[in-house]
Amino acid sequence: MPRRNDLGMQTGGTTPHSPETVLPLISVQQVSKIYTLGEHRVTALNSISVSIHAGDFVAIMGPSGSGKSTFMNIIGCLDRPSSGTYYLNGQDVGTLSRDCLAEIRNKTIGFVFQGFNLLPRTTALENVELPLLYNGTPAHERRERALEALRVVGLGDRWHHYPNQLSGGQQQRVTIARAIVNNASIVLADEPTGNLDTKTSMEIMELFVRLNQTAGITIIVVTHEPDIAAYGRRLIRFLDGVIVGDEVKGVA
Amino acid sequence: MISVPVITRIAFRALRANTMRSGLTMLGIIIGVAAVIAMISIGAGARQRVANEVASMGSNLLIVVSGSTSSGGARMGAGSDPTLTIADAEAILRECPAVIDVAPLQSGTAQVVYGNQNWSTVVMGTTPSILNIREWRVASGKPFTDQDERHANKVCLMGATVAEKLFGAFDPVGQVVRIKKIPFTVIGVLERKGQTLTGQDQDDIIYVPITTAQKKLFRALFPGMIQFMMVKAVSTEALEDAQEQITALLRQRHRIGSGQENDFTVRNLTQMMQTAITIARVMTVLLGAIASISLLVGGIGIMNIMLVSVTERTREIGIRIAVGAKTWDIRLQFIMEALTLSLVGGCIGIVLGSIGSVAVAHAFHLPSGISPLGVLISFGFAAAVGVFFGFYPAYKASLLNPIEALRYE
Ligand SMILES: Nc1ncnc2c1ncn2[C@@H]1O[C@H](COP(=O)(O)OP(=O)(O)OP(=O)(O)O)[C@@H](O)[C@H]1O
Ligand SMILES: [Mg+2]
Repeated sequence: MPRRNDLGMQTGGTTPHSPETVLPLISVQQVSKIYTLGEHRVTALNSISVSIHAGDFVAIMGPSGSGKSTFMNIIGCLDRPSSGTYYLNGQDVGTLSRDCLAEIRNKTIGFVFQGFNLLPRTTALENVELPLLYNGTPAHERRERALEALRVVGLGDRWHHYPNQLSGGQQQRVTIARAIVNNASIVLADEPTGNLDTKTSMEIMELFVRLNQTAGITIIVVTHEPDIAAYGRRLIRFLDGVIVGDEVKGVA
Repeated sequence: MISVPVITRIAFRALRANTMRSGLTMLGIIIGVAAVIAMISIGAGARQRVANEVASMGSNLLIVVSGSTSSGGARMGAGSDPTLTIADAEAILRECPAVIDVAPLQSGTAQVVYGNQNWSTVVMGTTPSILNIREWRVASGKPFTDQDERHANKVCLMGATVAEKLFGAFDPVGQVVRIKKIPFTVIGVLERKGQTLTGQDQDDIIYVPITTAQKKLFRALFPGMIQFMMVKAVSTEALEDAQEQITALLRQRHRIGSGQENDFTVRNLTQMMQTAITIARVMTVLLGAIASISLLVGGIGIMNIMLVSVTERTREIGIRIAVGAKTWDIRLQFIMEALTLSLVGGCIGIVLGSIGSVAVAHAFHLPSGISPLGVLISFGFAAAVGVFFGFYPAYKASLLNPIEALRYE
């Protein structure tokens, strides 16, 4: 049973990463993504190689159109590269079927987007239960785990509210609860604070830090704001589809 | 894989979010299924009714009526200008080899009184042959005889309805009733036959000897004139021969020159039954056509609304795929939605169709019965329509690209 009740427990923050000895959680090798619009070819990612280790907290920055979202979609198994290889937990994801990718997204990846992406006319609880509907979790356990996830993000008492009855920050918390409800090992957040004010943004980032430190969840956050990026331990910079900077905090 | 209770709940929620639209979409299915139900039960009812009717009228029956069909007014028992005679009836029996029995009939309405009870009914003067021709038995007492006829005895045979109205539970045999104030002894009560196709109560009748009727009750224009006669052919195959022989004989007896119209009409009751069966069949085919067209249109309506729904909910589909819904999870969700539409419509259709069938059965005096098989078949049709027309939209939804779907506004 893949239940994990350690969300509130102290499991130690940093995972020691030395690429030679530990297999990286995410390993991207010469990945390109090219969109063809008629005659026009747009190179969204240009032969990118990067590794991210389990337990890391990565911030991604770069100007608009530099390929950040494209990169997130590929490592989130929502999209496939045009060329190159993506190893997730050592497995070549490119060879997997659409349904296998769905299963990976369901079990190991949680998404948090700028636009919240909650189902309308559906309570917070049911929104959080959503991933559990697709892996055969029994009804009572779904409810229990969704409530637990909502408690973790501080919305334990708002489970019966509909998205339109919640503030932007609260809605984003529901999305985060949905991302972690299935004990995802990776949370991918594409501009999660893009629609929020500074104070709420900071609260959301604190929540990510807590998930990273207490549950050891690998967090990758795309942002345009240096304040937000500052929460990460590692900062990757994109420009025109290539990585132009990759620094670990303190090492600079 | 997503569980059935979950997709059922999702389906109902989605349909409730657009109650009006869902209702209108179901209309085709409702009409289609109602037509299927009506088709099956009316078809079965009509067939059964006709079978009963043939059994109760008597088999191999011809009716000869005064007046010609083409001159318009000739309706059974209403021959305004009688041209037939008792002698004609006797001649037919004697000279037509395809005929096995004949009964002349003279009828009228009369008030029948017993004690302080009175009842208005049809009184028919005829010969003892009528019981053989109509395959009608006496339930109690005995039929009248040739003797009664010869002496114009004031005796009568009573239909079950008349007996019940005048005597209630008592046995009328041996009692004296007054028909048009003339006392008649009840010598027998007939078995109950029920209603005809047109809703007439066949048991609301009194038979008296034809001689008595003509002398005492309904004064004929000329002695021996009758309104109509019932003829029994030797077999079903002999019906047409009998019809021809009777026509030829009567034309000769009535001295009708070639080229002149008949002053009588020979009706083949079996043919009339056949007509009724044909009408029932036509009605069944018609309802079948309505049913299939409605189900087809209803199905296309469902497909259309499901395609709209898939487009409207592109974002929802994107979210579901992103969090791990597989191809069949999405397909089943939308197929279930289409199925729910068609089955809810189907249930409403079954209810309306049943009410309709009962109403039609009542109006046309058909035995009504909602066959469980009919309900099952309609339900099956509705389900098949839902799955068939829901599949394409569901298939489309399952192939959506999650990134584009999530970006969809
Ligand atoms: N579906 C698509 N079809 C064609 N071109 C696309 C598609 N998606 C992205 N692109 C192009 O790929 C490039 C990278 O897009 P991407 O969304 O990854 O940028 P981004 O870094 O996330 O930008 P932003 O900060 O504005 O979100 C852009 O030039 C964009 O126009
Ligand atoms: Mg982006």
